[in-house]
Amino acid sequence: MYDIKALYQAKSVKDAVALRLAHPEAQIIAGGSDVLVQMREGKRAGAELISIQTLDEIRGVSQDEDGTLRIGSLTSFSHITRDPLIQKYINVLGEAVDQVGGPQIRNIGTIGGNTCNGVTSADSASTLFAWDAIVELTGPNGVRRQPIQEFYIRAGKVDIREGELQTALLIPRESWENCFGHYIKYAMRNAMDIATLGTSVNVRLSADRKTVERARAAFGVAGPVPLRAAHAEALAAGRPVSLELAEEFAQAVREDIHPRDSWRAAKDFRLHIAVESAKRAFIESVKLAGGDL
Amino acid sequence: MHTIQYQTVRFSLNGKDVERTVDVRASLTDMLRNEFRMTSVKKGCEVGECGACNVLIDGEAFNSCIYLAVWAEGKQVRTLEGLLGPNGELSDIQQAFVDEAAIQCGFCTPGFILTAVEILESGREYTDEELRKLLSGHLCRCTGYENILRAVKKTMLRRLGKES
Repeated sequence: MYDIKALYQAKSVKDAVALRLAHPEAQIIAGGSDVLVQMREGKRAGAELISIQTLDEIRGVSQDEDGTLRIGSLTSFSHITRDPLIQKYINVLGEAVDQVGGPQIRNIGTIGGNTCNGVTSADSASTLFAWDAIVELTGPNGVRRQPIQEFYIRAGKVDIREGELQTALLIPRESWENCFGHYIKYAMRNAMDIATLGTSVNVRLSADRKTVERARAAFGVAGPVPLRAAHAEALAAGRPVSLELAEEFAQAVREDIHPRDSWRAAKDFRLHIAVESAKRAFIESVKLAGGDL
Repeated sequence: MHTIQYQTVRFSLNGKDVERTVDVRASLTDMLRNEFRMTSVKKGCEVGECGACNVLIDGEAFNSCIYLAVWAEGKQVRTLEGLLGPNGELSDIQQAFVDEAAIQCGFCTPGFILTAVEILESGREYTDEELRKLLSGHLCRCTGYENILRAVKKTMLRRLGKES
């Protein structure tokens, strides 16, 4: 038994919005692999819950007419990894979420929950940052969209307003077209672990595959919320593909990130693995894009 | 005074349509054990880490401890009990666990076997490395995992007609 004060089960997104307005104190529960665990720990004991678990309308991956990839917020990690659209256009996201927890957690955990928690270590978040994902929220005034970088306010706090729930994560065509990426989760174990550092890099090369048109990099656990590496990205844009560039790109990351000491790892160690991971992920991304180095 | 909130759940349990009115605070583990005496569903960590409470819901493995009972509405739920033949015969995967000594205390076994069923029902052949990853959501404190891996692998190969 869980210490739940009341459970409201939404029957549709519209119903969920009405329940959010009627019970502003209630916590949204999607897959439950965070909320129920926190409840067991006593952190959310006695809370009212609004369950959106059964809302199939916001589950699954599809493509809008303009090419935007639409990932319903309730899509589980394992379904994202297996999805043909994800595999075709943003395979790195499927690979990243395939490193969350263990198999059963990946069957219940949702990408919406992973981002709404606002935690920096979320395996999906760095890749979503690196691919300029747009967060779609549905509320009493309809749909609101915002870049994921603005969605994260501070550790554990995201921009979900009164009556709203997150309904999708969008990857616009401009963001996935001709882009190839790689994610590196540095953790102490191969399963059931939280990232010590997460690194997601992706590149778009010129038609002859000799020049980096655009490189993007984002990190988890390199700051209180996931963050982008603006200096490193600016340094790489327009430069010829080479191993030297990979090294320079990786070193530039030091200017962008500000990890801290925690019981999981020291700041210096995180900086070290961030540089090394950025280099490896950059090289791997270039190779995936057909570049030679 | 807090009033207990009840809800009626209708679902399929090991192929049989069932219905129960449960306290909405119940986990699926609570309901399966207390209402249906499915005692293969173990209470281990109760926070989704150990896999002892694992069941199949619509063919996928879930830790039933962090799954609300009311979410089972309309689902096909399978537990270890559902693998037995009409006269209590063991299924191939259960027999393989016996043959390979993949069981010692037995507490993790039902959970492991149901994940193995999801693996086997995919009809695919996996490498050892893939199998290790697919089995990584379960803790066993007795066997050291090697025998478990061997039992799953042998059954996989046997079902694919590739018995060595």
